[in-house]
Amino acid sequence: MRNRAANLGDRRFQRTLMALSGSVVSVLGLIAVYLVKLSWPAIREFGLPFFWSTDWDPVKDHFGAGAFIFGTVTSSFLALLIAVPLSISVALFLTELAPRKIAALVAFMVEMLAAIPSVVYGLWGIFFLAPLLRLHVQPFLSRHFGWVFLFQGPPYGIGMFAAALILAIMVTPTITAICREVFRAVPETQREAALGLGATKWETIQLAVVKSSWSGIFGASILGLGRALGETMAVTMLIGNRNEISASLFAPGQTMASVIANEYAEAESSTHIAALAYVGLALFIVSFVTNFIARRIVLRLQGGASR
Amino acid sequence: MKTELGNLGNDGLLRPLKQGDNFSRLDFRRTVKNRVMLGLLGLASLVAILPLLFILYYVIHRGIAGLSIRFFTQLPKPVGETGGGLGNAVLGTLILVGLGSIIGVPVGVASGVYLAEYRRSKYANVLRSAVELLAGVPSIILGIFAYALIVVPMKGFSALAGSIALAVILIPTVAKTTEEVLKLVPDHIREAGLALGLPRWKVILRIVVYGSRSGILTGVMLGVARISGESAPLLFTALNSQYWPHGLLNPISSLPVQIYTYAISPFDEWTQLAWTGSMVLVLFVLVANLSMRALIYQKGSGGKTK
Amino acid sequence: MRFLCIFTALLSISILPPRATQAGDALTLNGAGATFPYPLYSKWFSEYRKIDPSVEINYQSIGSGGGIRQLLENTIDFGASDSPMKDEQLAKAKTPLFHFPMVMGAVVLTYNLPGVHQPIKLSPELLADLFLGKIFYWNDPKIVALNPEITLPDVPVMIVHRSDGSGTTSIFTDYLAKVSPEWKSRVGSGTAVKWPLGIGGKGNEGVTGFVKNSPGALGYIELLYAEKNNLQVAHLKNAAGVFVKPEAKSITAAASGFLREMPKDFRVSITNAPGSGAYPISAFTYLLVYRNLGDGKSVDAKTEKLKRFIAWALTEGQKLAASLYYAPLPESLSAKVRMQLKEIGSKELVK
Repeated sequence: MRNRAANLGDRRFQRTLMALSGSVVSVLGLIAVYLVKLSWPAIREFGLPFFWSTDWDPVKDHFGAGAFIFGTVTSSFLALLIAVPLSISVALFLTELAPRKIAALVAFMVEMLAAIPSVVYGLWGIFFLAPLLRLHVQPFLSRHFGWVFLFQGPPYGIGMFAAALILAIMVTPTITAICREVFRAVPETQREAALGLGATKWETIQLAVVKSSWSGIFGASILGLGRALGETMAVTMLIGNRNEISASLFAPGQTMASVIANEYAEAESSTHIAALAYVGLALFIVSFVTNFIARRIVLRLQGGASR
Repeated sequence: MKTELGNLGNDGLLRPLKQGDNFSRLDFRRTVKNRVMLGLLGLASLVAILPLLFILYYVIHRGIAGLSIRFFTQLPKPVGETGGGLGNAVLGTLILVGLGSIIGVPVGVASGVYLAEYRRSKYANVLRSAVELLAGVPSIILGIFAYALIVVPMKGFSALAGSIALAVILIPTVAKTTEEVLKLVPDHIREAGLALGLPRWKVILRIVVYGSRSGILTGVMLGVARISGESAPLLFTALNSQYWPHGLLNPISSLPVQIYTYAISPFDEWTQLAWTGSMVLVLFVLVANLSMRALIYQKGSGGKTK
Repeated sequence: MRFLCIFTALLSISILPPRATQAGDALTLNGAGATFPYPLYSKWFSEYRKIDPSVEINYQSIGSGGGIRQLLENTIDFGASDSPMKDEQLAKAKTPLFHFPMVMGAVVLTYNLPGVHQPIKLSPELLADLFLGKIFYWNDPKIVALNPEITLPDVPVMIVHRSDGSGTTSIFTDYLAKVSPEWKSRVGSGTAVKWPLGIGGKGNEGVTGFVKNSPGALGYIELLYAEKNNLQVAHLKNAAGVFVKPEAKSITAAASGFLREMPKDFRVSITNAPGSGAYPISAFTYLLVYRNLGDGKSVDAKTEKLKRFIAWALTEGQKLAASLYYAPLPESLSAKVRMQLKEIGSKELVK
């Protein structure tokens, strides 16, 4: 008798949990449904060529998201180019080198970077980072590396370069945190073995820690990529907002998230709004896929570690 | 893990010795390289935390001038009049975040409990993916979503719509930390509870969840600190207001949106409010995080050390 | 558990209606739209609160396009826009919608030319050429011809435009399309256009920032931003062939030039206005109001309050405009607009 009552309670409990958590699944589904619904006119009108056409002309009501996709991809990858080596180094410093107290302090400060609101990053970027780039960094780069197409053009401060830098700062905590977990999961015996073979500390890090963590680092980077792709406010305030593809890193650009923030409120024609929702749908799918891949990699690692 | 120790020897650094190797020189080079690379790692850590110091310094530097009791108790003044504060935005943020937590925390905790306690069920896998993916949805898209779902049908911007958008951001954070915290509870504790004849739900609620309450609370607070800085999802949902909040079905002011509006205005008084607002927001997030750490630290050192 | 207590306490504070005395049972009106008049509107609404404490008017600057869209979605009580609504937009409204011009403003051309202290002069043709990317250097013969007394530097022209959709852009491109056939066919006019060249700044502030910091820059912003940032402003040749400085007087003159041909619903562009004193890139900024917000039968308190406010803004409110660099409406126009107030709400006369 008692058993059945308990089972009933258990079932009820599980049902309650499922009902509550079911809203997570349904919200995700609803987001997808609503985005498709909002962007349907644009999907019908522009179809798939929307993604490589770079013609974004609100007056003639013709839209293509090529420039934003380029901007999103470029700014995110540039950010990763900076953030991944940095995050690996920080994570190594924290797990392998730093004394406990220092490690705790540094880890806390890095994590705090993730807690700073996006709009504050934007403000700081405009008033501090952009002038710094315009007056010092960019003139220096174009003076010494001006022959590379990447560093040509007038230094505005604001542009792809600034956006990538702020993104790099913003994704560093994410990548660092996961790299730390990955490095921590490396068995101590492996390090001891390398040291025992006469390796220096650096060689131990290389051989025993980093080498066995590549897939974890990759997963962490993809997760960072996911965060960079969708970042809105700070990028909008810093990227310069030009709907065009340009080779120079100093030139202004536009990302999928920033074009929505820029134009969604002011769009007049319904095609324009649908096109922006279409960009949103694309962004949703891209971040969906990115996160999915990253989770797969990280999960497999965690599964491997616990077994 | 995957790399076996046998692999180590294949690397050039640890190749078998050959005749004619100049050991002392090799050793010297390795030592130098060791020092340099380790130094670089330390330097990288310094580089990584520099932005935080710069941002804190700059925000405080620009914001401190406008800090006074007035900032928390008064409404913003119209252009041309000095004084005024962002009291409505501070209160509005508290309301939005509070209501967002009321909606989001139960769902988040329930999801986390399910993920941890029924982790092998099929639904848990679906739920886990959903939580992870929801965490990755850009917040601007959540804003558009909440606008289409709530604002348009209800015919009006409202605090409620903003709170729901914030709740959607909060849920994955809370769910993930809850799951992780509960996973730390060793299985033998659950088994002990079950062996005493307690039904499973009582074991989960009274023993597992109750025992981990401070960890869960930490996760909640971290999530709350995070959503208190969100502006993108509020732009099209809670909108903004220059008055004190009243009612949940009216537009409401919030610190991040107010900062965004005032930061780009041409008036010095408004820009000052934006900077002070940024400072308050950043310090709030910082203090929330610090106190949570302190709490964990206390627990950690008071109880068993992990 | 102390934290849980604090947390719950915070929550309960936040749910309680705060400052019941201040909020009282005041009626709240929500409006949104144009960014350009935001400073003046927020001043108006706060001043008006002192006159009539029973109404709280909340206005948010989400942009003209946003204002129109939200009004048509019925998510706000009134809208505001820098450019009049199009016919097909008006057709979507369920109850008739009215345009009320409130004040006027100007889009000015601001530039950064080190060493040049006198205001430069620009003609419509030259302006179109500059924004079409046909003139590369500031000392181009065409610019020099208009400004013989100024030594123009040999720096490249850098065009700065708005990146976000904007009523300002709409006014500016409307003017360019009127004066340049090539602009009309190649680019057209609207709140967002496909710019032939240049870089985009977000908001007036973004454009202002770029111009301030980049020698050789030329951008268009609202007068208020130029004045507040002490930027140089070009004098523009108007339809009568006179070079005019943008200021309250010349902006009001632009409306006077259109008085005779003012349509009944005030939906008119006053760019390139006739009259020797008129600044050519001037515009009205409108409040957009439904005939009534209720079912049209019972007394519609919101519309009544809004009506009273508009009447006040058109009389007393106009005096506040000049201090914020907006131009008041010409008296004769203001009277016409007040006449239109009878069309909304119940049919009682407005004092």
